[in-house]
Amino acid sequence: MVQYVIRRILATIPVLFGILFVVFMLIRLIPGDPCHAMLGEKATKEVCDRFVREHGLDKPLLTQFGIYINNIAHGKFGDSFRYGIPITRLLIERLPATIELSVSALFVSIIIGIPLGILASIKHNSWIDVLTMMWANIGVSMPVFWLGLMLAYIFAIVLKGTPFWLPPSGRLTVGIDSTPFYEVWGWQLTDGTWKSILYFISNLHILNGLLSANWPLFFDAVKHLILPAAALGTIPLALIARMTRSSMLEVLGQDYIRTARSKGLPRRLVILKHAFRNSLLPLVTVIGLSLGSLLGGAVLTETIFGLSGVGRTLYDAITARDYGIVQAFTVVIAISFVLINLIVDISYAYLDPRIRLD
Amino acid sequence: MEDKRDKTKHADAEGLSLKSVSLWQITWRRFFKRKSALVGLAILAILVFIALTAQWIAPYDPYKPLIGIEPVQRREKPCIHFLGCPADKPQHLMGIDGNVRDEFSRILYGARLSLIIGLSTVSLAIIIGTVLGAIGGYFGGWLDNIIMRVMDVLLAFPSLILAIAIVSVLGPGLINALIAISIVSIPAYARVMRASVLSIREMDYVSATRALGGSNFQIIFHRILPNALTPLIVQATLGIATAILDAAALSFLGLGAQPPTPEWGSMLGAERNQVFTAPYLVFYPGFMIMLTVLSFNLLGDGLRDALDPRLAHVHG
Repeated sequence: MVQYVIRRILATIPVLFGILFVVFMLIRLIPGDPCHAMLGEKATKEVCDRFVREHGLDKPLLTQFGIYINNIAHGKFGDSFRYGIPITRLLIERLPATIELSVSALFVSIIIGIPLGILASIKHNSWIDVLTMMWANIGVSMPVFWLGLMLAYIFAIVLKGTPFWLPPSGRLTVGIDSTPFYEVWGWQLTDGTWKSILYFISNLHILNGLLSANWPLFFDAVKHLILPAAALGTIPLALIARMTRSSMLEVLGQDYIRTARSKGLPRRLVILKHAFRNSLLPLVTVIGLSLGSLLGGAVLTETIFGLSGVGRTLYDAITARDYGIVQAFTVVIAISFVLINLIVDISYAYLDPRIRLD
Repeated sequence: MEDKRDKTKHADAEGLSLKSVSLWQITWRRFFKRKSALVGLAILAILVFIALTAQWIAPYDPYKPLIGIEPVQRREKPCIHFLGCPADKPQHLMGIDGNVRDEFSRILYGARLSLIIGLSTVSLAIIIGTVLGAIGGYFGGWLDNIIMRVMDVLLAFPSLILAIAIVSVLGPGLINALIAISIVSIPAYARVMRASVLSIREMDYVSATRALGGSNFQIIFHRILPNALTPLIVQATLGIATAILDAAALSFLGLGAQPPTPEWGSMLGAERNQVFTAPYLVFYPGFMIMLTVLSFNLLGDGLRDALDPRLAHVHG
């Protein structure tokens, strides 16, 4: 197992370099000189000269790439000309919203998708099965941005004045107290890496609400997340339900299931212990694959629901031609995608010994 | 596949009463047994019909504002005579958009664009992907290694994010969006093609061609490619669905088709802030995108099950 993990990690390194190279080259391909492309049209001569020196733009391409890698390894993404602050700080501020959104979307799709898939498989060819599959087909074909807007319309306008009303935008209601948990706990912190990390964690509003026992904050954050998570989770949900059903159907036809049934084990035990456990494997892959659509969909969902996450910031940066942010955020999203897939692969090997021994 | 056909041909020639059933006939029979695949085919047929006849069935010009032509307001609600809209008012089935144009006509023209987008991006991606995959799989070695590592890197990006990054460099516009989506979808075809080539390369009829002095070109394009088509067709059908969805997303973000082009994604994007006051202008374009994507997804699933009978019981 250890050997497999090491091999897998080593195989990831070239891919990471590839990602960095692609993004590095993309930015170099922007027409016009890189300084004005990165720092905006208004950048002065002195600012440009400094920029060229800092990034080694007067040096050969390979040296530039080295400098670029070195900067990223030190967490230096430069400054955003649009916000006038280091992009790293922007990331720390914006990433939690995206993490909160994608994790809850994935959570929703798993806790609904798996039972739905199991139900459809044990009631094979019944109306539940047909309905689930119809719904899954529609779900896979759903444009996230359309679903999001329609949900916002239904829950914020049509259901206005009912208990089902949900806020159509933002992460929190204006004026709600979101004091970081470490301040509630009375920790005295000096500025630095530790404080940045704690600040990052406290920006996950749901977690912060839990840690500081701030229930109004917790419920408000959850309320704001329901619609975006439902919109973003639809495609993964459909994929998961479909995959659970098909792998369950495959397993349910196996001899050992018949054996388990014929020796008198209760149906529930056979389905959950014998069948479901063995159909888990393909599910792990689907969940890994869904992450790509989650991260891409986050751009759309955050734009619609006015969540200031990584996706929304990326979109704003593209409209404002703030290539510094585009570059940094693309790299961060792609690298997290690769790392998550690495974890998925490793857990796959953990679950299925045949893979790591191959 | 080929030698089976040859056998039946011989049988016929010798006057034996062997009714020949080709693989495609079997496939079609299996395909037509699946209700969901037929639904997909039916939806697609309607969409193709709309796309081909848009200029005759659309009641209005999709580009020209109705200012001074009809007494209609910006973003007016749909007026359907059948549902009680007064007969003296002009009929607009899906309402009026933000630039005083008939939404229904624009929706009809949008079918044309969406299908073209889907087909053209996938064609481009297939051509490049197939060639790359075939070269890699057939020749192997360092060439294969380089090609597949590049594909790995492209696959390492979430597809929409990479497409966004490419368009942000190329500049917004429909053509650039199409290029971006094609690039993003190349790896899928390269991988499918490579896998097929790897398995077919070792077949006896390929060795036979080589022994007879066939060139590499002949072997790849006349022997291997026709036999590797099945998975490619399935992948392409499902790929069109993804391409249409991604293109609509790019247009929605303002990176793809630009107004006043009647493209569903961009129509939806243009009116998205009006969703609370004029929801119909958001509903119809999105619904059409979903319908189109759904038809290709159903079709692709149907084809996969029909072409690969091993899977039929699982999805059926």
